[in-house]
Amino acid sequence: MLRKTTVLAAFGFALALVGVAAPASAATTEREPKEASWSFEGPFGKFDQAQLQRGYKVYHDVCGTCHGMNLLSYRNLADKGGPFYSEKYPNPNDSPFAKAIAKDFQVADIDSETGDAIQRPATTSDHFRQPFPNEAAARAANGGAAPPDLSLMAKAREGGPRYIYSLLSGFVDPPAGLTVTPGKYYNPYYQGDLSGFWTGAKDKVPVGGLIGMPPPLHDDAVTFDDGTKATIDQQAKDVSAFLAWAAEPHQEERKKTGFAVLIYLAIFAGLLYASYRRVWRNIAH
Amino acid sequence: MSGQHSTYEPKTGFTRWLDSRLPIIRLGWDSFIDFPTPKNLNYWWTFGGVLAMCLGIQIATGVVLAMHYTPDAGLAFNSVEHIMRDVNHGWMIRYIHATGASMFFLAVYIHMLRGVYYGSHKAPREILWILGCVIYLLMMATGFMGYVLPWGQMSYYGAVVITNLFGAFPIIGKGVTTWLWGGFAVDNPTLNRFFSLHYLLPFMIAGVVVLHIWALHVPGNNNPTGVNVKSKEDTIPFHPYYTVKDGFAMVCFLILFAVFVFFMPDALGHADNYVPANPLQTPAHIVPEWYFLPFYAILRAVPDKLTGVLAMFGAVGVLFALPWIDHSKVRSMRYRPAAKLFFIIFVLVCVGLGFCGANPPDKPLFGDGGIGFTLGDANLNSFVWLSRFLTAYYFAFFGILFVLGFVEKPLPVPDSISTPALSEKKG
Repeated sequence: MLRKTTVLAAFGFALALVGVAAPASAATTEREPKEASWSFEGPFGKFDQAQLQRGYKVYHDVCGTCHGMNLLSYRNLADKGGPFYSEKYPNPNDSPFAKAIAKDFQVADIDSETGDAIQRPATTSDHFRQPFPNEAAARAANGGAAPPDLSLMAKAREGGPRYIYSLLSGFVDPPAGLTVTPGKYYNPYYQGDLSGFWTGAKDKVPVGGLIGMPPPLHDDAVTFDDGTKATIDQQAKDVSAFLAWAAEPHQEERKKTGFAVLIYLAIFAGLLYASYRRVWRNIAH
Repeated sequence: MSGQHSTYEPKTGFTRWLDSRLPIIRLGWDSFIDFPTPKNLNYWWTFGGVLAMCLGIQIATGVVLAMHYTPDAGLAFNSVEHIMRDVNHGWMIRYIHATGASMFFLAVYIHMLRGVYYGSHKAPREILWILGCVIYLLMMATGFMGYVLPWGQMSYYGAVVITNLFGAFPIIGKGVTTWLWGGFAVDNPTLNRFFSLHYLLPFMIAGVVVLHIWALHVPGNNNPTGVNVKSKEDTIPFHPYYTVKDGFAMVCFLILFAVFVFFMPDALGHADNYVPANPLQTPAHIVPEWYFLPFYAILRAVPDKLTGVLAMFGAVGVLFALPWIDHSKVRSMRYRPAAKLFFIIFVLVCVGLGFCGANPPDKPLFGDGGIGFTLGDANLNSFVWLSRFLTAYYFAFFGILFVLGFVEKPLPVPDSISTPALSEKKG
């Protein structure tokens, strides 16, 4: 604890010395995300449920082996607007889909009779199981860089789903002259500063960065239940849609409420303007 | 409050009984029903009502958010997400509160600029203006501490940068920062005290707002001509004339508010604040909320840290002295062509400073850095030099106003409020 405090204090003072007048202006670069569009964009946009289901499958089969989604419970998958919502089950905890998904995961618990640590099948109310027991284990298993939680990823990066899609489908061979550290991978859409790894001309440093994640997607690495062809591009697009839903599950409700609010306010404003004209009709101003 | 003769007449037995014990209905009547108000107030005057509404919205949503929020460094981030996901309509309440802060500042900047333009800070309204400056300072403190509460990356590093500013003061600096932090770094004690103060300050704002309205109702409203009210002909009762006009403006303002809340709730925030605070990983660019950007630009414009901090505080501090700096006998800049021109430049400069604050200081303004030459410590073609020029104008503006008070030849000022209004209608 003392060491942590000392590190933090040292960091604070270092920042104070550098001073905010000259903040660190790292020469990081990244390529603009690719153009792509989804059904949920725009003021009228809605999630495509089939796409959310495919996206969940990509998360479950690929991303989920390293990345957690700590803010989601299994029941959320069957929430209204979610990938496995069905009108037959207004309460997501009754959903056979959510139940079936949950029970395939073993989660840690305490036996209430004996107090022993046990593993039991997850229920709909459990949070998504974390792929690693703790952050140190996550770092140790991944070359020192813990895979970030994906619950909010679509909101936590500039460009949101477009960024995630570009990153996942944007792995390319490193340009000649770039020394890639073992265990790292070149991605032009990942923010980084490659000048230290570049042996070519100083003004031609490649855009992008070195990411600790190996290219995760491969053609037909997952099989979609609805028969959609599982290209890298398709998987990247679908999982980005799923992550956009996961980052803000109430997005559709938000926009729908917004229209009602705007219509109400527009009528209210019209009535007030008419009242204003009438009340002020005899005042020269 | 106005010192005018009260026209309130209690009509029922109970109101007569109450009026002779606590004349609170009379106070409300004299302040918001029968209050004589100049009849020529334009829409720029509606922002006072808009601001009162903003304060109400922030307090109402904030009280509900506090019921679900946990001020603990380990739990704060997830408790905000709990509000967003699991609390009924929690997403709406939080988006209204977060967007509401921006709307509050938008309205307060318009309100302040309106005051400067029409000379509302001048005698006999100096106290009214100073109380407004106090409210603005309290708002800045409240807004800053509120932004820290979600405990995301920008929350954390915003808190680190702002609290470190106090470290620039010699001798006391280090002690003051430790005292502010409640430890040796921004950590759980800091978050806890920020939460406590974030809940307290809005009620202090509400208290100063009462004084602000009191100080308004003694001399009465200024007006676009800046000419004093001369006769009863110049005024109309506040209700229904201004309740309906302010009401209309408030609802129009709410439409803008709702567009942000429901269709681009994160447009005014920063993506990094959806990443939980990590003291060991500094974001590439630390930027404050948009409403602090002009002051952030002034801070970074000055190479010496202490001078920069003083310049930043001075940029707000100078406002307190404005009633005596801007001493021209003519209130409204409508009749001050030179002051009007410098005022318009001042508004553009403030927007420009905000633009500088949002960009890295060494980023080139034009091209990719090949253009321009080094002047002093930075390339002339960079945001840091632009912010230096704009900062210079920001402070020079107050000097210009002072000098203009002596040398400017104002246009003829109408004799009374009714004269221009009537003649404009006829002509």
